[in-house]
Amino acid sequence: MKVSRRCFLQMSAVAGGGFMLGLYDLPWAKAQGSPQLTPEAFIRIASDGTVTIMARGPEIGQGVRTMLPMLIAEELDADWNKVRVEQAGLDEEKYGPQFAGGSMSTPIGWEPLRRVGAAGRQMLIAAAAEQWGVPAVECSTEAGRVLHASSGKSAEYGELADRAAKIPAPKMSDIKLKDPKTYRIIGKSQRGVDNHAIVTGKPIFGIDIELPGMLHAVIQKSPVYGGKVKSANLDPVKKLPGVRHVLEIDGTLSTAAVVPNEPGMEPGIAIVADTWWQAQQARKALKVDWDFGTGKTQSSEAFAKRAAELLRAQPENTMRSYGDVDQALKGAAKVVEAVYSYPFLAHGTLEPMGTTASFKDGKLEMWTTSQTPGEGRGLAAKTLGIPPSAVTVHLIRAGGGFGRRLMNDYMAEAAWLSKQVGAPLKLLWSREDDFTHDAYRAAGYHGLKAGLDANGKVVAWRQHLVTFGEGDDYPAGAEIDKLEFPSGRVPAYALYTSQMPLLLRTGWLRAPGVNAICFVGQSFIDELAAAAGRDPLDFQIELLNAAPIPLDKPQQGGDPPLNAERLKGVLEMVAEKSGWRERKKTPGRGMGIAAYYCHLGYFAEVADVSVDAQNRVTVNHVWAAGDVGSHIINPRAAENMCYGGIIEGLSHMGQEITLVDGQVQQANYHQHPMLRMRQTPKIEIFWRLTDNSPTGIGEPTLPPILPAVGNAIFAATGKRVRTLPLQKSGLSWA
Amino acid sequence: MPLKLIVNKEAKTVDVAPDTPLLWVLRDILNLKGAKYGCGMGVCGACTVLVDGRPVRSCMTHVESIAGRQITTIEGLSPEGPHAVQKAWEEVDVAQCGYCQSGQILAAAALLDRNPHPTDAEIDAAMNGNLCRCGTYPRIREAIHHAAGVNAEGK
Repeated sequence: MKVSRRCFLQMSAVAGGGFMLGLYDLPWAKAQGSPQLTPEAFIRIASDGTVTIMARGPEIGQGVRTMLPMLIAEELDADWNKVRVEQAGLDEEKYGPQFAGGSMSTPIGWEPLRRVGAAGRQMLIAAAAEQWGVPAVECSTEAGRVLHASSGKSAEYGELADRAAKIPAPKMSDIKLKDPKTYRIIGKSQRGVDNHAIVTGKPIFGIDIELPGMLHAVIQKSPVYGGKVKSANLDPVKKLPGVRHVLEIDGTLSTAAVVPNEPGMEPGIAIVADTWWQAQQARKALKVDWDFGTGKTQSSEAFAKRAAELLRAQPENTMRSYGDVDQALKGAAKVVEAVYSYPFLAHGTLEPMGTTASFKDGKLEMWTTSQTPGEGRGLAAKTLGIPPSAVTVHLIRAGGGFGRRLMNDYMAEAAWLSKQVGAPLKLLWSREDDFTHDAYRAAGYHGLKAGLDANGKVVAWRQHLVTFGEGDDYPAGAEIDKLEFPSGRVPAYALYTSQMPLLLRTGWLRAPGVNAICFVGQSFIDELAAAAGRDPLDFQIELLNAAPIPLDKPQQGGDPPLNAERLKGVLEMVAEKSGWRERKKTPGRGMGIAAYYCHLGYFAEVADVSVDAQNRVTVNHVWAAGDVGSHIINPRAAENMCYGGIIEGLSHMGQEITLVDGQVQQANYHQHPMLRMRQTPKIEIFWRLTDNSPTGIGEPTLPPILPAVGNAIFAATGKRVRTLPLQKSGLSWA
Repeated sequence: MPLKLIVNKEAKTVDVAPDTPLLWVLRDILNLKGAKYGCGMGVCGACTVLVDGRPVRSCMTHVESIAGRQITTIEGLSPEGPHAVQKAWEEVDVAQCGYCQSGQILAAAALLDRNPHPTDAEIDAAMNGNLCRCGTYPRIREAIHHAAGVNAEGK
């Protein structure tokens, strides 16, 4: 199974009711096969004027429980102070796509959810017109009221709610949307709807779910991915305090060259007890003899060694090739060559994986933090051999997602366990389970070679990625796009891959693939600029000014190609805001710049970095300029997402997951450190509003920060960061 | 053996193994879900509660060791209405996922209790043990200054 972003988009689309992809720019309601959203599904108005708006997507900290209802409330012309947000359960026929991934909530919600709100407003106007016996066209609305100017009549939405409910919903395609100049809610910072519950410690997270008679479960899995139980001392463990059940999970893993990102349950031993701590304590007495299988021969060291060999050999696959790269390199005035690499990474959401499940009389009910609850329902139903229609799924706020919860293994486990023990049950992975059984960001090794002519222009670019998989199959997040920058913007170009088999699950981590690939490309461009004696900003803009060479065959689906004007726009903006052109050269301190387009968003970032005599790195200041279209829907929350992407990107620079004898060596945060407060730079965000439909910010803020910092380290010290984590390049965070 | 605890100024008796971590007594016995499980080894701070006004890692604290002492969880931080820190957190819109914020708020409240006007460096030092996976640190700094200002106005 190929699991590129393109495929992810397609798979998610199918899960989300079958709408076509690559159609972001078209009104969503026009897209083929999409469910017709209705105001009745999303809006309830009580006679006291309280407006209840359904939040459709999983909330993982990206703010969609606030932002998507804002879209409805704006066009409904509701009084935001009277809006209550209620979480929708899983029902994609009714609510449309209910997933959190690909920074897609904004682009796929913008048009249809505003239409839902506008339809509701139109129904309220019709109700008022009917009541007053006046033409609807003479009525207007303002913040929760319908007005009739010439008679001076006015009524609150609450007074009109009963009558409006009897009016048929208008045809969604006929609806007139507001003039954006009149927006009162969109573009104004609205506080998170769960802020109060969060600051007062209310039980709103997946881990907080309580059901009457509920048991608690943990699962001990093999230290080597996919290892099976040969034998285990189940009986003495069953006798421990609070322990109710100890069960073996056979697991359903295949040993193909490419591990699917959603393989189902891993083999292991489940312990079910009265409390989670009792179940967790009982693990200490559990002794399992594992059959590790072939996975035990894998190590990070061996992968690196094999990758180095493959980089010297003829590449296996050609992703894209035009012009005569080898000839152009031969004729170049200067040739620059480098090898870049980055490790596996874990997600480490602060709330570990888990789900609460209750199976009774052939029906399953689940409370889950999944980012793809529709797919999770399918997986759980398949695991239990029941139809998806027998599964009810509640979407519960997650303590972080970052792509980990796009995979639903924990849902299958909780469902299966509840059925086995005949009781409602909360499965909670320990932190160690979470780190050692993640779906990891794939490691990668890039060989790069580029030629410059006498004027310092790029004449050839050759990139060879050694990654994982076999043939056309790449594990999740391990492939590279044939349009990877600067593909199409240099006169001769070749992009190759070679692959290594991998018996480890990979998955999508915030800005999948490109969270590392951007580091490689944008760092190497900085190397070329230095070799050419040019300013990296001018150098990059020159590449963007080249007329793009199109692909021989256009790609199906996926994102539209890079718009050079938009990327140049944010580059120039961030240069101006950061004082790039006036930057001073001081030993031990430097600025770096990088820019990237992904997930429909354009971001350019500048980092100001100090490196001390012990090679300890401090990021002093980061400036980011973003172009995600015409509106920043919820500005402070949008800034929060940018802080998050930038801080996460910095964290990535200091982290690695390594394998020894097939076993993951990092089991907790001290071994896979997240950035801490004292390491956090000052961050400033600037928006470049452009005439484009608004798009998401969960992911595109992240990729440029890694090369911006790497390039700043070069400016400060002359040392080039080509190997991540920083420790492998002789550096560390201060 | 039953243990007597004082949680949010209320006397509680729990019958658990004496080495049970306070976190799991709070969450699964007393049904106070505000303190969160993050790492189980005291490196993330999501489980932070106050014992006699000082932040402690409840995931590493055996419940018998704090019997009879004043335990304050996020639920009991300010029974008479939101604490200045909680208000600041809401107004500044600190949270992303929100999972670590109970621990962050208790650590911040303890900081402001002993140092009503901390500098950025003092904030960083006091808050450095509380991880935020989402990266809310800039907003936490802002909210602590905000709360310090509100406190100053109230005096």
